[in-house]
Amino acid sequence: MDFPLLTIALLTPLVGALALAFVPKDEHKVIKSLSALFTGIPLLLTIYAYFTYDFAQGGMQFVEEVQWVKDLGITYIMAVDGISLPMLLLTNLIGFSAVFASWNIEKRPKTFFILLLILIAGVMGTFIAQDLFFFFLFYEVVVIPLYIMVIIWGSSKRVTKEYAGMKLTIYLLIGSALLLVGLLAMYLNAYPAGERTFLIESLQQANFSDEFQIFAFFLLLVGFGSLLSMFPFHSWSPDGYAGAPTAVSMIHAGVLKKIGGYGLIRIGILALPVGAKFWAPLIAVLAVANVAYAAMIALSQKDLKYVVGYSSVSHMGFVLIGLAAMNIIGINGAIAYMFAHGVMSALFFALIGHVYEKTHTRYIPDLGGLSHQMPRLAVGFMIAGMAALGLPGLISFVPEFTIFIGAFQEFPIMTVIAITGIIITALYTLRVLANVLFGPRRAELDKYRDLQGPEMVPLILLGAVIIVTGFFPALLMDMVNAGVEPLIGPLLDMLGDTPTIGGGF
Amino acid sequence: MAFAQFSLENAWLIPLLPFVAFLLIVSFFRNMEKTASTTAIISSVISFALALGVVAAVLQRPELIEEPLVYSMRWFSMPGLEVSMGVLIDSVTAMMLFVVTLVATMVMIYSTGYMKGDPGYSRFFAYLCLFAASMLGLVISTNLLQMFVFWELVGLCSYLLIGFYYFKDSAKEAAKKAFITTRIGDFGLLIGILLIQVNFGTLEFVELAEMMPAFALAHPFLVTLMGILVFVGPIGKSGQFPLHVWLPDAMEGPSPVSALIHAATMVVAGVYLVARAFTLFQFSPEAMMVIAYIGGFTALFAAAIAITQREMKRILAYSTVSQLGYMMLALGVGSLSASMFHLMTHAFFKALMFLAAGSALHAIHGRTDIFQMGGLYKKMPWTAGFMVIGLLAIAGIPPFAGFWSKDEIVLAAQLGGYTDLYYVAKITAFMTAFYMSRMVFVAFFGKENPENHPHESPINMLAPMGVLAFLAIFGGLVGAPWVEKGFSYWVRYGEYVPHQADLMTMASSVLIAGAGIALAWVIYGAKWIDASMLAEKASFLHKLSYNKFYIDEIYQWMNEKIVAGTSRVLYWIDLRVVDGAVDGSAKLTGWLGDKLRLSQTGQLQHYAMIFFAAVVLLVAIMGMMGAETAMALIGGGK
Repeated sequence: MDFPLLTIALLTPLVGALALAFVPKDEHKVIKSLSALFTGIPLLLTIYAYFTYDFAQGGMQFVEEVQWVKDLGITYIMAVDGISLPMLLLTNLIGFSAVFASWNIEKRPKTFFILLLILIAGVMGTFIAQDLFFFFLFYEVVVIPLYIMVIIWGSSKRVTKEYAGMKLTIYLLIGSALLLVGLLAMYLNAYPAGERTFLIESLQQANFSDEFQIFAFFLLLVGFGSLLSMFPFHSWSPDGYAGAPTAVSMIHAGVLKKIGGYGLIRIGILALPVGAKFWAPLIAVLAVANVAYAAMIALSQKDLKYVVGYSSVSHMGFVLIGLAAMNIIGINGAIAYMFAHGVMSALFFALIGHVYEKTHTRYIPDLGGLSHQMPRLAVGFMIAGMAALGLPGLISFVPEFTIFIGAFQEFPIMTVIAITGIIITALYTLRVLANVLFGPRRAELDKYRDLQGPEMVPLILLGAVIIVTGFFPALLMDMVNAGVEPLIGPLLDMLGDTPTIGGGF
Repeated sequence: MAFAQFSLENAWLIPLLPFVAFLLIVSFFRNMEKTASTTAIISSVISFALALGVVAAVLQRPELIEEPLVYSMRWFSMPGLEVSMGVLIDSVTAMMLFVVTLVATMVMIYSTGYMKGDPGYSRFFAYLCLFAASMLGLVISTNLLQMFVFWELVGLCSYLLIGFYYFKDSAKEAAKKAFITTRIGDFGLLIGILLIQVNFGTLEFVELAEMMPAFALAHPFLVTLMGILVFVGPIGKSGQFPLHVWLPDAMEGPSPVSALIHAATMVVAGVYLVARAFTLFQFSPEAMMVIAYIGGFTALFAAAIAITQREMKRILAYSTVSQLGYMMLALGVGSLSASMFHLMTHAFFKALMFLAAGSALHAIHGRTDIFQMGGLYKKMPWTAGFMVIGLLAIAGIPPFAGFWSKDEIVLAAQLGGYTDLYYVAKITAFMTAFYMSRMVFVAFFGKENPENHPHESPINMLAPMGVLAFLAIFGGLVGAPWVEKGFSYWVRYGEYVPHQADLMTMASSVLIAGAGIALAWVIYGAKWIDASMLAEKASFLHKLSYNKFYIDEIYQWMNEKIVAGTSRVLYWIDLRVVDGAVDGSAKLTGWLGDKLRLSQTGQLQHYAMIFFAAVVLLVAIMGMMGAETAMALIGGGK
């Protein structure tokens, strides 16, 4: 077997968590540096993987496969393709940045960073495990650190942090309960006893009946959908992000919720295409509700985190409508957009974290003219904000455009309504930028300092990704397409006249 | 000519150089003012030289008029969607490259004087470079998406530069307004682009031109729809009614910005886009009509507002809106040449006027009301002279540049059979001459305001104005009707139709312009008629005009009541209904648990009672239904 790159990337944060356990709890510097090291290594490894992945060939690469429980058909299989690789990159980019965004944590840093490392490993695992059993296992691993981190290090504003943590966790668990039923049903239905397997690839080739697909996909849609903050299962998202500490908001909004979109594609669409096609119109309608409804609500928010929270709900609508298109262009766009949104929302939360850490407020009317005191932060806010409103030359424009093209072919009217999102997004984003950054200097804010030293890492790293992929979108789109084209292409021919809910409108 | 050939083949350098300058300034020269502005100017001058090379090359190769030179590379692609970035050069591109690089260079030189001592000096030049790069990228676009990308980037630069004095609340609001208003236009444009991509499978201008005739024959309605949707973009960008509201507010930016972005280049991007996509509009008479009438209405409407405004830059801004309406009108009645010609001459004289206005405002430290200026010509003879040249050019006095291009438009309206628009153009011309003269007479002549201590601007501000003044005087001669193979031979769409000089039209134009200037003199120069009395007599009209027909108020009301109100209602629904259901289900669970808890009393007697009751029930069921059924009912096996 070759060098087990993915396993090493996955284990490094866990080893790091173990190592931290032996560091004295007052050695803050050591704890933080070690955390940076143990998230930096997997980041470098995945960047290496990105550059060595063979785009022309596409498909699963860096495969590591070990039979585990033969009787149940459980296999330890780690691999990435153009769908997993961007998510893996995203996880590590954000994980590494999150360590630096938490640089000034003074309250029990040892426990915090141990949990953070476990969280990162868990999220990473879901994207590279190509076996349902392990996928689900990692998904559940994520819940534990998440809950504790919100409860202990969170902040209480509109809702208490206990409420926020509870809501976040219960939503995750209800989603996973539905998923468990759906996934087990797939496992049991795919092959007769004795040949059963949790391998995702084998499940994709199973012949599920149409009725079963429609039933199972619905379970997955609600399960993964609530993780992706699909309307009307989105209300955890603004409260949850507001209550969570910076690093958790970054990871949750950045990558964790993308497990929903990833699962819908990897397991939902690819294994249950008829079911997906059947429900596609419903997804499109809910997607539009996400985009327009959440964006409108974001307009009247006064807490920075609530703005970004609703904005994130709104942007997930783009992912959903891209998926609902069920064609190569739409799905390409949806995956690329998940990556784009992850980077920009993580940057947003990192910056808001800084503002809150210094000023202890996120209430927009209390802020204003911050670019006088914090010019670097202002640059970061501008980059993240402009990316959020889909400015060309930044990461999100091309994925957004691609989604629109893909979706427009299937649901022209829904797409047009979704595109109104670009106006509303501009409205609330520019309002925030103007009211937080610009305007006359406020003397009471003079005592707060700008980002400096390690705090700059998220800004530089994520900002660079936003700009570079904006100018050279092929860097992102080629990778995604290498995964999507070989998988989705064959499906399309098969799906000719599949019935859809509502009969197509 | 080797240099011309080199420029033609390496036209991509033209936008790249200012971009490199931008990168250099933001990375290294942030605190080195002199180096920053020098870098910016050098990059711009080289771009200008290359643009001249391109013009020379096009003049040598007339075949480029109809068959543009295109080279491009892949930007991103996937099955079913391929997008490239590249360079498209024909005579229209060459003309635009010339105009943009020229005005950009002049404005940058001017800014070394105007922005002197400003703490944001380097930042200003960085933004200007980024703008020049984006604008030039837009000009050489080979396809609609590339154009959209740069279209948005120039919008970003406009936003940054309007909000350049970010510590001022008014600048902050104006920047936001500009971005959002143009965004509304972009919404339509984007949908238009999607519709074109989905129907044609390409966004390349050249390919679209080839496929359009057959497609238009088959789907006339779709073509009209595409045309109108695409045109929504220019309505926003080029300040056409009803999305014109951002442009006057955009004057919050420094004056050189107003000259470069909000007069000469960016705002004409909309006109340029329509010209580039002319093949699309060509096949839809309905879309053309929409363009012509929106253009005509905007021209008249903005002029009606400009008549009563008091701030110098606002008058110029409404005049820009009005002139952009002129250009749109020309496109709508089918004359690409006339529109492009006016675009060029307007760039010369309007940039000149904004720079002169900047020079004046600079000298009296930001007093913007023209009625507080007065008699500036004594202390600022050069600035006043340049302003007068600009006035004569925009009013349409021969041989100044505006005369020739305006006449082309009027003629085009006449030839296209749009008699109504012909009169609209004439009336607008009269009003333009009037309000521009009003501004010049009031601000530069008349009685001096003792509170002002104006002084003439330094040479680095005057020299660029001199260059533009020269072009404002003579630049229109390239399109004079008796020039063989003049402007309209080179810049055109379709067959070249030479037309005779129409002396009647010319004479009437001169008369109208003269009448406008004379009337302004009577009221504001000689003061034979009292202006305030006129305003009182027609107080309703005056109020309408002075308050810009209350369009801003209407939009503000819509924004505050409808948009913000909807937002609050939806937020309430989200908290009470959607999240209420979530909390409600949690409460229900809790309540059920509370009730069920009561059964767990911990007393053995209770449990025995329940046990006994269940046995009795079971026996009863068995007795009624038979043992077999009852067993199945309670889940037991055999």
